Amino acid sequence: MSSTSSPVTTASQSASVPAAGTTKSAPRLRTPRKHTPGRRKRSVLLTVLTGLILLYTVVPLVWLVISATKTMDGLANSSGLWFSNDFALWDNISQTFTYHDGIFVRWLLNTLLYVVLGAGGATLLAILGGYALAKFNFPGKRAVFAVVIGAVAVPGTALAVPTFLMFSKMGLTDTPWAVIIPSLVSPFGLYLMWVFATEAIPVELLEAARIDGAGEVRTFFQVAMPLLAPGTVTVLLFTTVATWNNYFLPLIMLKDPNWYPLTLGLDAWNNQAQTIGGDVIFNLVITGSLLTIVPLIAAFLLLQRFWQSGLAAGSVKE
Amino acid sequence: MRRTTRRLMRGIALLSVLALGATACGGSDDDSSSQGPVSASDIQAALKKGGTVTVWAWEPTLKTVAADFQKKYPKVKINLVSERSGDKHYTALSNAISAGKGVPDIAQVEYFALSQYSLTKGLSDLAPYGADKLASKYTPGPWNAVSDGDKVYGLPMDSGPMAMFYNKKVFDKYKIAVPTTWDEYVDAARKLHKADPKVYIANDAGDAGFTTSMLWQAGSRPYKVDGTKVTINFDDAGAKKYTDTWQQLIDEKLVSPINGWTDDWYKGLGDGTIATLTTGAWMPANFVTGVPNAAGDWRAAPMPQWTKGDKASAENGGSSLALPTLGKNKELAYAFVEYANSGAGVQTRIGEGAFPATKAELQASAFQNKEFEYFGGQKANEIFADSAANVAADWSYLPFQQYANSIFNDTVGKAYISDTKLIDGLKSWQDASIKYGKEQGFTVE
Repeated sequence: MSSTSSPVTTASQSASVPAAGTTKSAPRLRTPRKHTPGRRKRSVLLTVLTGLILLYTVVPLVWLVISATKTMDGLANSSGLWFSNDFALWDNISQTFTYHDGIFVRWLLNTLLYVVLGAGGATLLAILGGYALAKFNFPGKRAVFAVVIGAVAVPGTALAVPTFLMFSKMGLTDTPWAVIIPSLVSPFGLYLMWVFATEAIPVELLEAARIDGAGEVRTFFQVAMPLLAPGTVTVLLFTTVATWNNYFLPLIMLKDPNWYPLTLGLDAWNNQAQTIGGDVIFNLVITGSLLTIVPLIAAFLLLQRFWQSGLAAGSVKE
Repeated sequence: MRRTTRRLMRGIALLSVLALGATACGGSDDDSSSQGPVSASDIQAALKKGGTVTVWAWEPTLKTVAADFQKKYPKVKINLVSERSGDKHYTALSNAISAGKGVPDIAQVEYFALSQYSLTKGLSDLAPYGADKLASKYTPGPWNAVSDGDKVYGLPMDSGPMAMFYNKKVFDKYKIAVPTTWDEYVDAARKLHKADPKVYIANDAGDAGFTTSMLWQAGSRPYKVDGTKVTINFDDAGAKKYTDTWQQLIDEKLVSPINGWTDDWYKGLGDGTIATLTTGAWMPANFVTGVPNAAGDWRAAPMPQWTKGDKASAENGGSSLALPTLGKNKELAYAFVEYANSGAGVQTRIGEGAFPATKAELQASAFQNKEFEYFGGQKANEIFADSAANVAADWSYLPFQQYANSIFNDTVGKAYISDTKLIDGLKSWQDASIKYGKEQGFTVE
């Protein structure tokens, strides 16, 4: 297959590239200085494709924002992508916070708890482990590498049931620990920190610190940690998002609605519509969903600078 | 998209149940049948002593019942854990039972799922507590579902005698008569869809609960259960009656392909594009909260019949409160279940819109004369009570109905989306169920 198809593609590519080049390269030869990296050829196809992808990603968000302004009646009787006559956003928000004795607030606080302890802890462990793996040599390092890489490949969902059985033996199910402790493990975060630490901390700097008499702990906190800041933020964002959105693990571990995170709580509200005699509250489910993503969006916007520099680290040889 | 994700989640939830279910049977060694009778004074003494009872139930009216019960017995605390229903509820329950920890003292279990738990000794027999003496209080359908010989595995909480709800506005608009037989129903479906191609007589994308209820009414008895001996056979006259009729609706695309209980479904019930709904008598409460904008449009009517003039009916949905074997505070738990499902709690629950399973309450004039504002002042309970009295009692579900229902869409469901005929779909459902039953150690034919 590939042996026959690849010449065709190269041929068509090579045919199209000069064709595009001949028209545009002529003026470029005359005034070469005008060609700056900032000015690129515009491609209609790429613009359209990007536009489509933009639409694809933004439309659900727009739908969510618009739908959050509607009452139950409005949701049933109007198009999803435009407002209906009833603007009920404020009413929906206050209902979301007060429905069932304000359990939404409890769920929000639970989620924050899981994120602060779970994602925070996972990040801390990833920094410590990543730094150690990057900068120290010890027997079995290759084995650790293999284990970490392998762990990245195992989806958390697959481990949820075994974890449940283990935790129930320890009597930890239906407690917040059942969500927090598994969240502390982030193989991907560890791997990312490992790679980042390898690039971001020059060995010479550590040696200098050691020669100046700093102990390992002090070297880590005062020399390494500041250098790891962009990577830390990146890992923190990853683990935060993962913990914030986690659904299956709490679904299996928790039964008591008082310990639900937002994901489970909203799902429970949504399920009320499928229950005999249940209260149908799609408007609150939608408003609740909107409120649930607001903190994530805020986190991304606030941490954007660090996050971007984190992504680019190590990509260019200095 | 939606449907596949939902199914995927269900699949995952189910897988976890199965994974855990493997260890479930070994969990409870103490055989509940060995227990001697518990006298009423034992129960009274327990109520005086007090304690906490944990209840896993999503039934919304239980909140008030629990509050009343605690007022009556101040030393007892009812810890009502709700918010989850359906598959997720059973996943959690099976998980807890197999883990042997965190098992509730009382669990809400739907009729179709009861035998699954009772057969693996997951539920206590309530007969020693006096539940066997309550048989005559309940309508035959629900009682048959909770009892097995002289054992009683739960007390019926509510019931779902079938009725047909129809959008009167739509039928009036096109001057179409409300069907009383299934033949008339098919005719009405054609007329409605012809008058307005957006209007369907019903939605049906393949729903195990609906199909089994329809088979029940048509006189088909596909499942026979005798301990671990199970017979599964959809090849009878009743099943043929149902598939012949329903196949016409599918072939002519007269049923809307919307899944029940989705937001689309609520929308369709509200805007007149789904004209009838044949389901359990608990539906009015869902109409009121889920389809508020169609208040006054809908009415209730008896379920269409296979033979004109008949009054055959069936059950759809409904659940019981049962006592998991591993639960604690058995006397207290039983006292609450009795209070909620047989005693004063029944009246409270009716007041909040639940549909009872007890004969006395169904026949009470206050109940029958209740005017439903949503149905334009109709006394709908008369129809429902009539239906409840006409449910054939000899129906049984599989001891693994939950699994069977989960594969319904992969077998019978094909009839709705491909050239597969309904009757062939039932056949492959039968084969898949038999295969699974054998794997689980049942003797299946």
